[in-house]
Amino acid sequence: MISIIDYGVGNIHAIANIYKRLNIPVRIARTAEELAGVERVILPGVGSFDWAMAHLNNSGMRVVLDDLVLSKGRPVLGICVGMQMIAKRSDEGSREGLGWIDAEVKKFDRAAPSQRAYLPHMGWNDVEPRCRECLFKDIGATGRFYFLHSYYFAPKDQNIILGVTDYGGPFASCVRAGNIFGVQFHPEKSHQWGIQLLKNFAEL
Amino acid sequence: MLRPRITPCLLVKNGGLVKTVNFGNPKYVGDPINAVKIFNEKEVDEIIVVDIDASVHQKEPDYALIKNLAAECRMPLCYGGGVKTVEQVEEIISLGVEKVAMSSAVIDNPDLIAKAAEVVGSQSVVVVMDVKKIKGRESYEIFIHNGTKGTGLSPVEFAKTAEHLGAGELVINSIDCDGLMTGYDLQLARKVRDATNLPMTVLGGAGSLKDIAALIELFGTIGAAAGSLFVFKGSFRAVLINYPRRSEKDALVPHARQTVV
Repeated sequence: MISIIDYGVGNIHAIANIYKRLNIPVRIARTAEELAGVERVILPGVGSFDWAMAHLNNSGMRVVLDDLVLSKGRPVLGICVGMQMIAKRSDEGSREGLGWIDAEVKKFDRAAPSQRAYLPHMGWNDVEPRCRECLFKDIGATGRFYFLHSYYFAPKDQNIILGVTDYGGPFASCVRAGNIFGVQFHPEKSHQWGIQLLKNFAEL
Repeated sequence: MLRPRITPCLLVKNGGLVKTVNFGNPKYVGDPINAVKIFNEKEVDEIIVVDIDASVHQKEPDYALIKNLAAECRMPLCYGGGVKTVEQVEEIISLGVEKVAMSSAVIDNPDLIAKAAEVVGSQSVVVVMDVKKIKGRESYEIFIHNGTKGTGLSPVEFAKTAEHLGAGELVINSIDCDGLMTGYDLQLARKVRDATNLPMTVLGGAGSLKDIAALIELFGTIGAAAGSLFVFKGSFRAVLINYPRRSEKDALVPHARQTVV
């Protein structure tokens, strides 16, 4: 059973529809009670960092979510801003992140000579997996995924990087630290590659 | 590498899908949800849906339709039409839409761009400029309300303003080319491209994959949007939803053009 956290931000229904089509049980959690005891969690997100953090903190689910992820070790997948929230802080805002991984969220530096690209990073780009198992099982040498962001997740420990994407330089488009997963792209909007990745997360 | 985006643009009127010529003569072409289902199967890069009734008739966005579209889309969705306030932008994003497009509202009140970006993030704020060429001159003017009302504003100048205020994308829509299927206005695209560093999508005039190839050849990573091309087939404009296969799309991107400089 996959539980998608609905805190008023992100593509809850698009993710749920994909799991329904895959015949993988899925439900939507809107309260702490609905979240208690869940097996796997998806933390979606669009919007700005502070806006999303404020919604999550006000959802009443924060304490249960921290406990599920940090104490009970349940697998969690953060998507886009949902991934960024896993970090300690973000250049985009002033609120504290969830801090589940020692990382910060940085803005792409367009002034750097290697990053003379348009911002936001918008569209279909390749993700080069560092491991062909786990989330990238059966996805192939380079999956194509949809990105829509101006900030990226910069982990302190480079060994947790599971997928790399190039946009004026390489950045971590997928990370894994134990039971905590994050993807900067939108698997729910990435056709066959995204469907496979969501299926892989359900089958870990 | 970041690929160019090839984007169907669907127009909604009275809950049905229509296609216009020079912003007039809307022809009914089908049901929007059904079209999205077909575009899912064709693995389109992203999709733009514009409710052409909403802003002209001062209507609220049709949230029920937007919610259904967002849930059905397995590709990113950009919604436009009737969006005038930050609250509406927030509501639409919370329904699972990736990007919200605004036109007349941000031209009347450019600060709305900054306010919307503050709440939902720049990446989700799209500014659409419907543009006509000024007769006998090399310059262009932005029009609003489905091309019926001139604003006296230059798209080049407004593009800079939009970027400065925190927009995440520009859509340049040529009213002169709409529905004609004779190619994009590349001169217009060049003028706006050179003015900003925002991702940009060009709409209006695409009649074949060659037109899209010409745009990508000039600009590299860019958004190529089209209405008629993806809903009509043949010289009699029979309604048939279509979209290039992945191999056809890859062929539009010459290797040398794979990186943006």
